[in-house]
Amino acid sequence: MNKKQLLVAAIENGTVIDHIPAEKLFAVVNLLHLEQITSAVTIGYNLQSQELGTKSIIKIADKFFTDEELNQLAVVCPNLTLCIIRDYEIVEKRTVDLPNELFGIVKCTNPKCITNNEPMRTHFHVHGPQRNALKCHYCNTVISLDGVQLIKP
Amino acid sequence: MVTIADHSREKIEYLIQMAQEFEKHPNRRLLEGRIVATLFFEPSTRTRLSFETAANRLGARVIGFADPKVTSGTKGETLKDTIMMVSNYADIIVMRHFLEGAARYASEIAPVPIVNAGDGANQHPSQTMLDLYSIYKTQSRLDDLDIFLVGDLKYGRTVHSMLNAMYHFHPTFHFIAPEELAMPEMYKTFCRDHGIKYVEHTDFNADVISGADILYMTRVQRERFTDLMEYERVKDRYLLKLDMLSKARPNMKILHPLPRVNEIEYCIDENPHAYYFEQARNGLYARQALLCDALGISLEEVKNDKTIIP
Repeated sequence: MNKKQLLVAAIENGTVIDHIPAEKLFAVVNLLHLEQITSAVTIGYNLQSQELGTKSIIKIADKFFTDEELNQLAVVCPNLTLCIIRDYEIVEKRTVDLPNELFGIVKCTNPKCITNNEPMRTHFHVHGPQRNALKCHYCNTVISLDGVQLIKP
Repeated sequence: MVTIADHSREKIEYLIQMAQEFEKHPNRRLLEGRIVATLFFEPSTRTRLSFETAANRLGARVIGFADPKVTSGTKGETLKDTIMMVSNYADIIVMRHFLEGAARYASEIAPVPIVNAGDGANQHPSQTMLDLYSIYKTQSRLDDLDIFLVGDLKYGRTVHSMLNAMYHFHPTFHFIAPEELAMPEMYKTFCRDHGIKYVEHTDFNADVISGADILYMTRVQRERFTDLMEYERVKDRYLLKLDMLSKARPNMKILHPLPRVNEIEYCIDENPHAYYFEQARNGLYARQALLCDALGISLEEVKNDKTIIP
């Protein structure tokens, strides 16, 4: 990410999430519960991107997420770029890593799974040698990562 | 005890040894003063009677329900509330549920041990334990056996649990099923990932059976088919008839989780290869072992038990 581009809507302190595939924007908004944030949030939708064609970007002022919160984004978009901004400078740039376990994010596709019938949190383990699937901790159903349904907030 | 997949080879062998002790002396006062709850959110007379007999023969007292219609679940109570309530009364809960993962969830919230007596199409570990005990008893070993699974391999959870448990013991599996009820890809991947050999057949005849140490029969159910023409076409192809045993190995035993409808010809019952009724009896000893293990009673204690009723 070049600095000139960043300066356009620079934030003093906060988090920038870049390279969101355009259609995944709202999933990211939901996962981070951005609707509950009171500081300034800038959302760019359908921007030009050399790598993705179109992309989305989110800048959240005065907000720093935990690794746990950020890593869950890997469920919907594994190739995000995250920038932590302090005093207009990027102090940390990183990608997201899919955690080994996911709690309360993904919905089990098995209608007979206990998690779809009881007020409780879902729990999945990352599954398979390519780490491209999730396995329900309760009913053992295996879901491919590109087909995941997120729990509605 | 929620799933057999959690158990190591050593643990399975340990439980088999414990079941052997109970077979020698099934009547004891080892669980005297304890209360076993059997919660059957889905009716299963056979499994419930087996667990309740196991508890009773060890001197425990049993509470519970056999039919979900009489419980508050039908009034909208959550599983959690039922489990928390019963945990106040009982020392251990044996539960059967129609939802998959119910036992795992119960084990996470309950302050007392949970024994899974079947959760939907997912797991039925006490059946698997009695199957393993039956295989061990009839073959004197669990290693390097030729195990033939016949019938409904798509939905049959007993055959899936069998794969999960037997993979410790280098078996060769033979899957014999109509295409519509073939072993799901997920389990074949499991076999390949764990180096388990398997052969798939659609034919079921004396020549195929001749290679078996264990012939594990399951029922091909009409309601499993989307295409009823297909059902009509294959329904009789997976029935075991007496003349199909002509080339069987002398040590070969026929297992079936029961209930049987017509998939094993009735005249086979008197044949020395038939083992399904003894297999059901082994369920008692396997479940005695599972109850004691879940309550923290060790094999050593079972061996040195002074409460045996002669």
